Amino acid sequence: MLTLTSPHRTFAHDWPAGAKVAALCIFTLVLFRVTSPLPLAMMLGAVAALALACGGRFAAALIRALRPVWPFLVVLALWHLWTSDLPAGLVIALRMIAALAAASFVTMTTPLFAMLALFQRLTAPLARLGLNPKAFSIALALMIRFIPVMLARFDQLAFAWRARAARRMGWQVLMPAALAALDDAAHVAEALRARGGAE
Amino acid sequence: MEKNLTQIALFAALIAVLGLVPKIDLAAGVPITAQSLGIMLCGTVLGARNGALAVLLFLFVTIAGLPLLSGGRGGFAVLAGPSVGYIIGFPIAAFVTGWIVERWRATVAVSATLAAFVGGFVLLNILGVIGLSVMLGKTLPEAALLAAPFALGDTIKSLIAGAVTAAIARARPEALLSRA
Repeated sequence: MLTLTSPHRTFAHDWPAGAKVAALCIFTLVLFRVTSPLPLAMMLGAVAALALACGGRFAAALIRALRPVWPFLVVLALWHLWTSDLPAGLVIALRMIAALAAASFVTMTTPLFAMLALFQRLTAPLARLGLNPKAFSIALALMIRFIPVMLARFDQLAFAWRARAARRMGWQVLMPAALAALDDAAHVAEALRARGGAE
Repeated sequence: MEKNLTQIALFAALIAVLGLVPKIDLAAGVPITAQSLGIMLCGTVLGARNGALAVLLFLFVTIAGLPLLSGGRGGFAVLAGPSVGYIIGFPIAAFVTGWIVERWRATVAVSATLAAFVGGFVLLNILGVIGLSVMLGKTLPEAALLAAPFALGDTIKSLIAGAVTAAIARARPEALLSRA
């Protein structure tokens, strides 16, 4: 499983995760307060400069990470051409791209384990509300470990489907997939209990 | 205790897997992503509390940086994008879906289908449309227009969620935490 962290190591990889996330929160809050295109363009330019300082390949990867936003930009452009209110559309589009670029920058320069460790520190106070930190860590590890296992299982189900049917795979495949997840859960629960439990 | 924990973890993995596998056919030749079905199933199978926890665990790992949302999306960008309303709505939708299945003791198929419709379609789309309207600077009716093309598929997904839950109720009645 590939994470979103950029393999091109940059100087921003060395910044502490907590500082990057805090800066991202402030940056995004400010973005939503600004309502004129020029300062928004400057904020987007700042993110772009930061990305370019990390190297051309990093910047190209960041632009690829923004792909899911294109359909929304097309809709926005068409809408504001129709209402002939392009400046308003420009503000929304600039804000959205800047927010997404900054968010992607933080995700791409922070290793998954560092981010997970930060999140666990941030959610530690929830222990007082009854969230068992040990159980939480086990659930986290189990989930990540079981994604490739269940993907392989789903592939087997897909092979079995193709061996029997000419049609493309239908929703019925979800029944064995969900049943397998429940059975795995029962087995892993027994194994956990046999090793001293999750308490 | 351990069983609750492993069911939460494995259903969180199931949501992820349903977003990674190729699209499946709804009816002849109409492909859908199965990820939102995973959200519905968390509610109908695991119940309100555990279903919502499974979805939260999935989002926790996704936002931390694994590209597990359908289309290979992940990281903080999912919270900064226009679909943020749907992301925030996921755990709430699973909770409400599970809550209805737990409370409304009709046949599993009927109760799960309607619960998935109310939680996974109506409520999720209300929150999603609010998010679209804020992020894209549009009024609520205008944003609803953007979400409308997906309404039919989502309605059919709640029917599928009901059918799958009923099948689980027959095959593994003891595993259906929402009716435990």
